Amino acid sequence: MTIVKTAINRRSFLKVSAAGGTGLLIGFNWLASCSTKPQQSIPKEWFDINAYIKIADNGLVTIYSPNPEIGQNVKTAMPLIIAEELDVDWTNVMVEQADLNTVKYSRQLAGGSQSIRHGWPSLRRAGATARRLLLEVAAKRWQTDINQLSVSNGVIKHSETGKELHYGELVVEAAAIPVPEDVELKSPEKFELIGKGIKNVDGQKIVTGNPLFGLDYNEEGQVIAMIIHPPSFGMTLKSFDASEAEKLPGIHKVFTIDTSLEESDWSATNAFNKLIAVTGSSTWQVMKAKKAVIAEWESTELENDQDHQQLLLEAIEKKEGHVQRQDGNPEDIIKRGDRVIERTYTAPFIAHNPMEPMNFFANVTTEKADLIGPIQTPENLRKLASRFLNLPEEKVNVQMTRMGGGFGRRLYGHFGLEAALISQQLQAPVKLIYSREDDMTQGTYRPAYRVKYTATLDQDNNLSSLQCKAAGIPGSPLFANRFPAGTIDHYKAESLNLGTNISTGAWRAPRSNFMAGAEQSFLDEVAELAGKDPIDFRLNLFDRAINNPVGERNDYDPERYAGVIKLVREKSNWDTPIDGVYRGASAYYCHNSYVAQVVDLVMENDKPVIQKVWCAVDCGIVINNEGAVNQVEGAIIDGIGHAMYAQMNFDNGAPQQNNFHQYRLIRNMEAPREIEVFFVESEIDPTGLGEPGLPPIIGALASALYKATGQRFYDQPFGPKI
Amino acid sequence: MSLFTISVNNEKYQVDVDADTPVLWVLRDHLKLLGTKYGCGIAQCGACTIHADGNAIRSCSFPISSVGEMKLTTIEGLSEAGDHPVQKAWIKFDVSQCGYCQAGQIMNAAALLQRNPSPSEREISQAMNGNICRCGTYTRINKAVMEASKTL
Repeated sequence: MTIVKTAINRRSFLKVSAAGGTGLLIGFNWLASCSTKPQQSIPKEWFDINAYIKIADNGLVTIYSPNPEIGQNVKTAMPLIIAEELDVDWTNVMVEQADLNTVKYSRQLAGGSQSIRHGWPSLRRAGATARRLLLEVAAKRWQTDINQLSVSNGVIKHSETGKELHYGELVVEAAAIPVPEDVELKSPEKFELIGKGIKNVDGQKIVTGNPLFGLDYNEEGQVIAMIIHPPSFGMTLKSFDASEAEKLPGIHKVFTIDTSLEESDWSATNAFNKLIAVTGSSTWQVMKAKKAVIAEWESTELENDQDHQQLLLEAIEKKEGHVQRQDGNPEDIIKRGDRVIERTYTAPFIAHNPMEPMNFFANVTTEKADLIGPIQTPENLRKLASRFLNLPEEKVNVQMTRMGGGFGRRLYGHFGLEAALISQQLQAPVKLIYSREDDMTQGTYRPAYRVKYTATLDQDNNLSSLQCKAAGIPGSPLFANRFPAGTIDHYKAESLNLGTNISTGAWRAPRSNFMAGAEQSFLDEVAELAGKDPIDFRLNLFDRAINNPVGERNDYDPERYAGVIKLVREKSNWDTPIDGVYRGASAYYCHNSYVAQVVDLVMENDKPVIQKVWCAVDCGIVINNEGAVNQVEGAIIDGIGHAMYAQMNFDNGAPQQNNFHQYRLIRNMEAPREIEVFFVESEIDPTGLGEPGLPPIIGALASALYKATGQRFYDQPFGPKI
Repeated sequence: MSLFTISVNNEKYQVDVDADTPVLWVLRDHLKLLGTKYGCGIAQCGACTIHADGNAIRSCSFPISSVGEMKLTTIEGLSEAGDHPVQKAWIKFDVSQCGYCQAGQIMNAAALLQRNPSPSEREISQAMNGNICRCGTYTRINKAVMEASKTL
């Protein structure tokens, strides 16, 4: 049992009318199910227990999910943690997306796979505190001690007398008494909901087409708006003529907006600040009118793929980088005459391409702003909008809709700001919609990367030194203190950062999404040249890090790292090869979680087909197994797809792919036929899961492709080279 | 602008729109049937898949002027209680991640099973190949379609 201090002292007493209450209930299956329990009546009053929990007089519970839902399933997992500590029947729980509220909640953000890790203590306390308050009320009513009471599924029982009360019968008083200073949390072996498979709380709404997403949010009287941005990075708007466009049916006004900031703000990252806004009464009419606008652009520097490749090549081969870590001296080992292995890996710019294009609803008046839509960073959007609209932050209301994916794209909320500025100019509610082409060609792309690894093998074929020199346009992808740092006496990690006018940003598992594939492919090749099994080779390195680590800043736990490798080795029967099955193994640590994978390829009609991916994960306690497995499966498919097919090319600054006929995403027939995911059983606090499944798969895939084709794959995308 | 009368989910609707307006935008902007999604606008991703006389079509590239007497069905009309075998299988396998593409996936799967009630794994994968899921739920989609084929 863990005792922690309660941090939640903010508590308000709130009555919600019966009408308001019933309005929330539509679509929940408890109403349709059997009606013998007291909870099954229509709730008359709701009482706020704390920022996360509202309990009705009939025992129904509403749990607010604080963080944005982007497909990572936190809208199920976060409330699940609260429900676990609250001890309620999950079928009596309704989940609602909380609005942005920085007073009630902290870190309402979808990014870095951190929602569960950061939310874990406060979500547990919220549930446990509410449970404790309800117990105190029951104990007082029965004039007994809390120790005499037990709770199950929202019903408190007095063991001596057998008397029972459900939460709804206690909530009025529970909402009014002081919050206890200490509260007991369950020990993990007592968990009843955590670690089970709970289905997506929006699952039924999704399969029946309910309007959950940003693009589905509409208000009466809204104007449809779309933007026109420069066709190339490095261009700005000079002038435009919308006289023909404004004559078209349904078109209101065509005008410019400007989102330029004096001080840069990462959350507003966007290469195009001066945009043409085309507004009208229907989407199709606005789409057509966009084509009738004649714009003139001014060019500054226009970049090309060849320039990017040349810059990266020169940086790696000719320039000195910033040495982020050095242990021993690898150059001495090379001079000593050890066998040198040098390989270079590259990856292009890639777009996020969430299935739901960027969009936002805004209704800005002189008094306040309502901003509603799909955003990973609602708090940043509020701050930006407040600055641009000259409204105090408390007058900027941000509501989060479900997001049709994001993968990092919706960290950069310029589209929300654009909607706000358009609404402000029109003095009307506005729905801003990006076309797919707008979305793909005004990206915050994953930077382009290049890394060179130089390793040496000594006379006994042990890894005697390793150097890693990495460059990015922009930003180095290097993590200097991650594996294999700490496992080799002579190690050097060097970074170079190159500039660009192309807007770039975080793409699912930033930097790791490149480094893992390069590093793990390289180790596979080094192991082969050393004549060692690639898994044995890695485990030997981890033995060193466990028994006698080099340096003190190593950013990983070698035992947990080795643990997932051993688990995937066992589960995949790695040591028993099968004829005709070509295998690659890989492991990586990021977002505080450890993942190891094995890819099984077979050749069909001379083409490699991914038969199965085996995956072992250590992310501490698994909150919701079903959702967790789904995340990892998705990350694997996402990683394979982008490593195989994705690239965003630039010709004179112009993106060369603008829709899915040119930008290839992985499709059903290219996905692995089977994926099996194993979690390490753990009582360690939970860590990230939305991203860590992606990076290692690129290495395992490249190594399996090598086994199948005899060819090593150094440059993404691999697909065109097969 | 012209007047068109179309049948959607067994109801007649009259809309006054440009003749080249894609059915997708008629559904979303004019009929407020928002379950059908915009993904690419060029029939490449399948998010906008609906049924026309039981066949899967890409509503983003299907102009209202071509609908005529066809009976259109959207995700909202696939079943009255949200319990079509494909929808139930989607819940059973907890397919959705972000969920945005899933209405299109489900409509495509339902049309597949209409013309081929017992597809093989390969036939399922082939038939679903035109529907992109950016979250990568393909293995679950395929399991769900197989399950639905057994419960039809």
